[in-house]
Amino acid sequence: MSSPDEQDPRISKISSAIRVIPNFPKPGIMFQDITTLLLDTKAFRDTIDLFVERYRGKDISVVAGIEARGFIFGPPIALAIGAKFVPMRKPNKLPGEVISEEYSLEYGTDKIEMHVGAVQAGERSLIIDDLIATGGTLCAAIRLLERVGVHVVECACVIELPELKGRERLGDKPLFVLWPSLKGLFGLHYCFTIDLIATIGEKTRQPLRQQVLK
Amino acid sequence: MFAGDQNGLQGDPRLKAISEAIRVVPHFPKPGIMFQDITTLLLDHKAFKDTVDIFVDRYRDMGISVVAGVEARGFMFGPSIALAIGAKFVPLRKPRKLPGEVISEAYVLEYGTDCLEMHVGAVQPGERALVIDDLVATGGTLSAAIRLLERAGAQVVECACVVGLREVKGQHGLNGKPLYILVEPRQQINCSAPPVNGVETCRHDDLILGGNFGSPVNTTSKSD
Repeated sequence: MSSPDEQDPRISKISSAIRVIPNFPKPGIMFQDITTLLLDTKAFRDTIDLFVERYRGKDISVVAGIEARGFIFGPPIALAIGAKFVPMRKPNKLPGEVISEEYSLEYGTDKIEMHVGAVQAGERSLIIDDLIATGGTLCAAIRLLERVGVHVVECACVIELPELKGRERLGDKPLFVLWPSLKGLFGLHYCFTIDLIATIGEKTRQPLRQQVLK
Repeated sequence: MFAGDQNGLQGDPRLKAISEAIRVVPHFPKPGIMFQDITTLLLDHKAFKDTVDIFVDRYRDMGISVVAGVEARGFMFGPSIALAIGAKFVPLRKPRKLPGEVISEAYVLEYGTDCLEMHVGAVQPGERALVIDDLVATGGTLSAAIRLLERAGAQVVECACVVGLREVKGQHGLNGKPLYILVEPRQQINCSAPPVNGVETCRHDDLILGGNFGSPVNTTSKSD
């Protein structure tokens, strides 16, 4: 497990480009919105560069990206390191033959799918998503790839929500993130501060959960 | 306009390789539809890189500051193009996916309607924008994307797709905006890609224009 050197000036600009939206998709959730990062051409370029610098030359032939925000970060990384890009999708989106892996949600289950034949046994793979929360989706993605004999080298995300213990759920699978985020709890980087204080006041009887729904 | 019609790209072997890397899946999502599956293109590093490079070469010097990608397959092509030409990437999403304040545009499907959303503040008036998606069928989704950007005051320079039919302009007109397409849809299935439902299929090297597998309408279909 590792995080990049916090002195890297690119990291602080990346984290400040990420917007926190309170009470989305439901009350009590502080949503980490990476779309504002995509509007900052330098910060978006730096985000991709940080992943590429880490994974180039490591004999990785597969970058698997999780629908839908993993589709934004995964392909530029795949192209730069010479790997193929494999989308991991919600049910019934991929045409043709797929394999599926179910995983638990807070209430109920969900499923992700990958094409049969997209990857070969023995390939070395990354899994990319914008954010790791509880780690449920990433664990399902790891299982899907390992079922067909792929070696998952590392999971890589822009943001981690450490309070949700996704890293522990990944077990011995390494996780690399650009920003461990405390902004969900303290949220002091943006103009939503006033709303946040009001929200905490209103919601003191409920835990402030960090779950992010895809 | 097709890439292969242009000076410089006529007979470009990259276009043939891109076309052959796209897998056709019959009867998906419903009978009669020959689904153009670009995921096999993404597995071919050279063909995928060439796809991005052809778009980047075209748009690099057009003063474009916004690349808008339509969920979800537009996300697979748009960001790489945006990064290479120094533009921002703006995701255009299905309802209720984008947090914060959005503007919405409804569009007509064969049965019913759907809706596309964009963040308020993502684009500024006067910005020059590109819309990217993997495939254009009737042009309904692209037309909604154009309207969203124009409502925010941006100027849509062009819509760009990897796959599309020549006839699409007649159906929705794309509000008069130009359309740039790399390859036409394949009507025959090829075995250079993974098997479909476990069955190997015959290979055809030529682009087959027109022709149907079943019903005479909707031989290609746009989904996300």
